[in-house]
Amino acid sequence: MTTQASLPPETPQTSDARVVHVLEFPGGYTRSTGPVIGRFLTGLRSGRLFGVRMPDGRVLVPPTEYDPQTAAALGAADEDWVQVGPAGTVTTWTWVDDPRPDHPLDRPFAWALIRPDGADTALLHAVDSGSKAAMATGMRVHPTWRAERTGAVKDIACFAPGEGPAEVPALAPAGVPTPVDGPASDGEAELEPVSMVTLPHRLEYRLRGGTVWNHFIDGMAVGQIRGTRCAKCGKVFVPPRGACPGDGVPATEWVDLPDTGVLTTFAVNNVPAAGAPEVPFISGYVLLDGADVAMLALVSDVPWQEVRIGMRVRGVWVPDAERTRSVKNLKWFAPTGEPDIPFEQFEEYV
Amino acid sequence: MRDVAVVAFAQSEHSFSDLGWTEADLVMPLVNEVLSVTGMDRSEIGFTCSGSNDYLVGTPFSFVAALDTIGAWPPIAESHVEQDGAWALYEAWVRMQHGDIDAALVYGFGKGTVGDQVGISSLSYDPYYLAPLVPGHIAMAGLQARALKDAGFDVDPDPTPPPATDGAAAVILAAGDVARRVCSRPAWITGLDHRIEPHAVGSRDLTRSPSTRQAAARAGVRPGVVDFAELHTRFEHEEMLLRRELGLDEKTVVNASGGPRKADPIMATGLIRIGEAAARIHDGSAQRAVAHAASGPCLQHNLVCVLAADTASDLASEGER
Repeated sequence: MTTQASLPPETPQTSDARVVHVLEFPGGYTRSTGPVIGRFLTGLRSGRLFGVRMPDGRVLVPPTEYDPQTAAALGAADEDWVQVGPAGTVTTWTWVDDPRPDHPLDRPFAWALIRPDGADTALLHAVDSGSKAAMATGMRVHPTWRAERTGAVKDIACFAPGEGPAEVPALAPAGVPTPVDGPASDGEAELEPVSMVTLPHRLEYRLRGGTVWNHFIDGMAVGQIRGTRCAKCGKVFVPPRGACPGDGVPATEWVDLPDTGVLTTFAVNNVPAAGAPEVPFISGYVLLDGADVAMLALVSDVPWQEVRIGMRVRGVWVPDAERTRSVKNLKWFAPTGEPDIPFEQFEEYV
Repeated sequence: MRDVAVVAFAQSEHSFSDLGWTEADLVMPLVNEVLSVTGMDRSEIGFTCSGSNDYLVGTPFSFVAALDTIGAWPPIAESHVEQDGAWALYEAWVRMQHGDIDAALVYGFGKGTVGDQVGISSLSYDPYYLAPLVPGHIAMAGLQARALKDAGFDVDPDPTPPPATDGAAAVILAAGDVARRVCSRPAWITGLDHRIEPHAVGSRDLTRSPSTRQAAARAGVRPGVVDFAELHTRFEHEEMLLRRELGLDEKTVVNASGGPRKADPIMATGLIRIGEAAARIHDGSAQRAVAHAASGPCLQHNLVCVLAADTASDLASEGER
C-alpha cells in the first residue's frame, strides 16, 4: 500500500496566524504617456497648467487624447492648447482625517475637484486648508509646486487656499543639487518632453492559510507528505486541494503519501534565481507513489548529466532538529538507485 | 431576443473576517447548490462565466483556482471578467442569445477583508492623473456625496464605506423550456443593458448618472410597476441618485435584502443584486423587479437588469389580446 488514511479532515486548524503578503513591482510600473498627457505633464514639470480645447470650445483639464463625450481626437494642433489657472475654484471636496504614507500630504487635508481658471472641467488634487472647517465648495485655491519635478501629477505638491500664485521653485531633478537662484525654466530647455511615467506600487495583504493548507504544513513539519482524495473519481492530489478540479466536489479524504516516486519531467536551470540553489540546479515534477498529480520539486545528489525522465527518487529532508512548519523541510529528491520506470506507466501524468 | 431566465441563485454566508477560505472554498458550495436546486447536471451547462479581481488577494490568476469548483475536465466553455459577477452574467446572457446553448453558470467571488481597499481601488483608476494620488473609493464617493449635498439633496456629505466582506454568489441562467423545466417560477430577464461614462470624475456632473438613465431606458425599466429593486449602493447617497435615474417611485422597495451596506463581497455584490431580485420573483413576492450593478469611481459604469415573472413575449401576446 502506498497510501493510508491520515488524521480526520475536521482536525482543528493549528494556526490562526495571518501572514503578510506583499504585491510589489520594484521600481514601479512604467507607462508611456502619449503626446497629449505627455505635453500636460511636461507643463507640470515647468510649473504650468495646460488644458486642451474640445470641439465644442470647452477646455479639458487634465487633458486626454480624446473628447470624453464624443471621443473626437484632441490636442493635435498647438493652437488647441491653452494655459489655464494657476488659480482655480473647488467644485466639490471630501475630507481626509488620516492621511496614508502614499498621500500627497502627511497632515489632514481635503481631496478636491479643482477647476482652474480658463478650464471647463476639474482635476483632482489635495487641498492643504489646515482644517475641514476652512473647506468650502466654491473656494479659491492655487497650486504649490515641488522643486523635484519629474513630469507627474505629484509635481503639484498640493493646492493652497487663495489666489496665489505660488512661486515655482527652480527645477531640482532627483539627485541634482538645487540651484541657488534663477527662474524656474532654467535647465528646462535641455530636457526632453515627458513621455513616460512610473507608478510605484506596493500592496500589503494579511492572509490566513486555509484548513487544507494548514493540515498539509502540519504534516510537512513532521516529515509527512499529505494529500487529499476525491470521493468521486478517487484521484489523489498533492499538494492537497480542497476540491476535485475534475468533478467540482469536495476532496476531503486525507491520505498520507510516501516520499518516493518517479521523475516525470525535469529542467536543468543555468540562470540564477533568488532563493534557488546554486546553478546548475534541477527542478522537476515528481509523481509520488499513490498520487495522481505530479508535484514540483528540486532534484539533487546526482550529476545533472545523469538525471533522466523515469528515474526513481526519494525525498531528502532536513534533520529532525531543524524542521519548521514549512515546505522547505523537504529539501529535494535524490535517486533511489532502483531501476527506471517505463514511460508508458506514467505517461498519463506528464 | 431569446427568453432567458435566472432559474437559481445562491450566495455564501458572508464573512467580515478572513476565515482562510480559498476561492474554491467560497464558490464550490454555491455551484453545487444551484445545480441541486435546479436538478441540473454539470453536463447541461453550456457556458460558464465568472467575475473577480486578482488584486483583492494579490495573487495573479487567482480566478483560475476557482475553476476547481466547476469540474473543468474534460474541457468546458468558460470565460472570466475582471469585474463584478454582474458583468459575467451579462456575458453569459449575450452568449445564450447565440441560441446554441440552453443553460449557463455564472459566479462572482471576492475577499475584501485581506487587502488594502483604498490602495486596490486606486490602482483601478487612470494611472496618470488619479492612481498616483491614491484617492481610493471612499474619497471618490465623498466627492459625489458633497456634490449632491451642495445641489440641495438631503445626503450625508461624509460617506462611510460598507463593511469589508468575503463572499461569493452563483446563478444559473436557462432559456425557454429548459428554464420552465428546472424552475417553477423563472425570473425572466426582460431587459439587460450597461452603459459607461467618462472615467475622469472632474469632467462629469456628479449629481447625475446619465449612464444609469440610459441603461434603464434600454433595459425597459419603464413603463411598468417595479415591486422590488436591488441597487448596488455601496454608499448611502447613491440610492437617491439611482432611484431618480432609474425612474423608481416611492412604491418600489429598495434593497429589501439589506443591500451592499450590510454585506459587500466585492465582485459578487452586483451579481447578488440580480440574484436577490430574481429570488423575489422565484418566491412569488414580486411580479417585476429591477437589479442594478455599478463599477468605477462615482458610479462610472452602470448595469440595469429587469426581471419579470412573465417573459417579454408573454407580455407582448397579452397586449395583442
